[in-house]
Amino acid sequence: MSSETKQILTTDGIPLEVSLKKAERRNKIKAFLLVAPLLLFIIITYVLPIGDMLMRSVDDKMVTQMLPKTFKAMEKWDGKELPEEEVFAAFHSDFIKLVEEKREGKLSTQLNYTKNGFKSIIKKLRRKSKSFEDGNYKEQIMAVHKRWANVEYWQAIKRRAPAYTGQKYLKGMDMFKNESGEIVSVPEDRRIHRVLWLRTLEIAFFVTVFCFLMAYPIAHLLATLPMKYSNLLMICVLLPFWTSLLVRTASWMILLQQQGLVNDFFVGIGLVADDNRPEMMFNKTGSYVAMTQILLPFMVLPLYSVMKTISPSLMRAGKSLGGTPFVAFWKVYFPLTIPGIGAGCLLVFILAIGYYITPALVGGASGTLISNQIAFHMKSTLDWSFASAMGLMLLTGVLAIYWVYNKLVGIDNIKLG
Amino acid sequence: MALPKYTEPHYRIWHYIYLTICAAVFFFLIAPLFVIFPLSFNAEEFLVFSDGMKSLDPDAFSLRWYKDMIYGTKNPWGLATKNSFIIAIFATIGSVILGTVAALGLSSRHMPYKGLIMAVLISPMIVPLIISGVAIFFFMAKAGLAATHLGIILAHIILGTPFVVITVTATLSGFDHSVTRAAASLGSNPVNTFMKITLPLILPGVISGGLFAFVTSFDEVVVVLFLAGLENTTIPIQMWTGLREQLSPTILAVATCLIILSTLILVTAELLRRRSERLRGINQ
Repeated sequence: MSSETKQILTTDGIPLEVSLKKAERRNKIKAFLLVAPLLLFIIITYVLPIGDMLMRSVDDKMVTQMLPKTFKAMEKWDGKELPEEEVFAAFHSDFIKLVEEKREGKLSTQLNYTKNGFKSIIKKLRRKSKSFEDGNYKEQIMAVHKRWANVEYWQAIKRRAPAYTGQKYLKGMDMFKNESGEIVSVPEDRRIHRVLWLRTLEIAFFVTVFCFLMAYPIAHLLATLPMKYSNLLMICVLLPFWTSLLVRTASWMILLQQQGLVNDFFVGIGLVADDNRPEMMFNKTGSYVAMTQILLPFMVLPLYSVMKTISPSLMRAGKSLGGTPFVAFWKVYFPLTIPGIGAGCLLVFILAIGYYITPALVGGASGTLISNQIAFHMKSTLDWSFASAMGLMLLTGVLAIYWVYNKLVGIDNIKLG
Repeated sequence: MALPKYTEPHYRIWHYIYLTICAAVFFFLIAPLFVIFPLSFNAEEFLVFSDGMKSLDPDAFSLRWYKDMIYGTKNPWGLATKNSFIIAIFATIGSVILGTVAALGLSSRHMPYKGLIMAVLISPMIVPLIISGVAIFFFMAKAGLAATHLGIILAHIILGTPFVVITVTATLSGFDHSVTRAAASLGSNPVNTFMKITLPLILPGVISGGLFAFVTSFDEVVVVLFLAGLENTTIPIQMWTGLREQLSPTILAVATCLIILSTLILVTAELLRRRSERLRGINQ
């Protein structure tokens, strides 16, 4: 539309439109520069390291780099019968190099992960290889131990050729790749991780349900009481919220121990015999009770902030239109609180699913969650790539829950107190 | 909540059941905290109420565990307290500065990709702590910052900034931008405008974000467990080790102090919240 109407010019003689666009761009850059320091900081120290976890979890370069010539020679091998002399010669030359660098121990550990029985035959090979003659390595290596003449062990080596592997993820689901490359489950009695995943989901789910059932009435009471009473009661919610997690866990350890107050109370009212006090700690019960109390404020606060905005006249209108109080509640009040329910349940479920400290202290062996397993591999077995893989599986789950929630309710409805 | 006189009996009964349920839940929430107080004054070494305590015998109470906390030989609490405060204070300062500046940018209507950037900035609050712990540990180990105060402070800045960003953005959403334009038209430069006009107005939000960041750092144990060496031990780490090994009454003395501290923080946070509500009321 420019040529017909006369362009509006600023005092500098630049068209207004251009000038405005320029100012707009300058403002954009200004706003971005304000955010940039934090954004860069978070990306470098947090987002990229999570990417690093991903790399670590699939990284399998160690063996690939230890046996470069072997894997090169193996490319032509079909993997059905014993490989040709060429492969054995390449393996020998790689192996001699590893022995010189004193790294053959690491190789045997790594290969042992893939197939049991490598440890001893690699040790034997190291001893015998000193007296090897040049040429005809196939005969010489196979003479060291009968397993070196077994095609299954060579297949196991070949399986370690790729630089990247999804093996840690399979392990996290109690599965593995067998000799013929099929993905199968480990025997029933060794499926520890699936049990943990299911238990984590189960505990997170029930803790969310318990929190909801307990939080709904008190949030309603807080929202409907006159200010001066509700402020006082609000402290009962906020004080635990601000108190150290470890302090609250400690108080549950005191309460739930066998000589603790809860057991004293049960004995006092004659529910259990004094010499038959139940174990309430170091098992699932401990995890349930402590986690519910600790996460309860996270359910109360979003519910309260939603209920606070619901006008009491709506309920009165419902009743005056002939609904009983229960019908008015169910048809009018409850639907209005759904955003609060969604936010509270999301918050509690996601916090519960990644809980670590409380289950580790009061959960015992039967009340620990997947987070405890991750920490165990980080600190005790030092299998960091496995810890990374399980961490990312958990993260994927959490992000999926957020995604579903965002589709259903909208993430913007979350309120913080 | 008085019931109207015309309430039918069965609703009246239902109402009392409802109040009883509420009372029980409040009891469940708050009572566990109060177990700690009396037991921390226990004269004996066991974590159960002795017969003397039940009959309120003065000899059954003592301050020995508080003495042990402060003067005990080889006790780690002095170092832990010092470290905790140093780390929490610097982490709070860092979070508040980075978070407030970022919130200013995010509240500008010119900000491109607002949703995406916001998601990245608050991700440390959303991702389960154990995963954050692993990721931050990998970074700090590579950067050579594992087992240093600086490493832990940086880690706590990561975890603390989301709270500052959220509270300050919320405060800024009710902020009247014409006052900064007025300041600019009167010849004030942006920095001056921020210090003299914007900051005093959003201060309640900044401080309550800072309180969140402080508490997050002061109470944080998962990430520190990965990062801390012997020299960087903090109060939560000491409590964690104590609770895992044996539950001694000294821990309860420390816990009592922590409850008092959290009460102070709660009161401050509440006062700030009311002040900001009042201010917002004036704006309307």
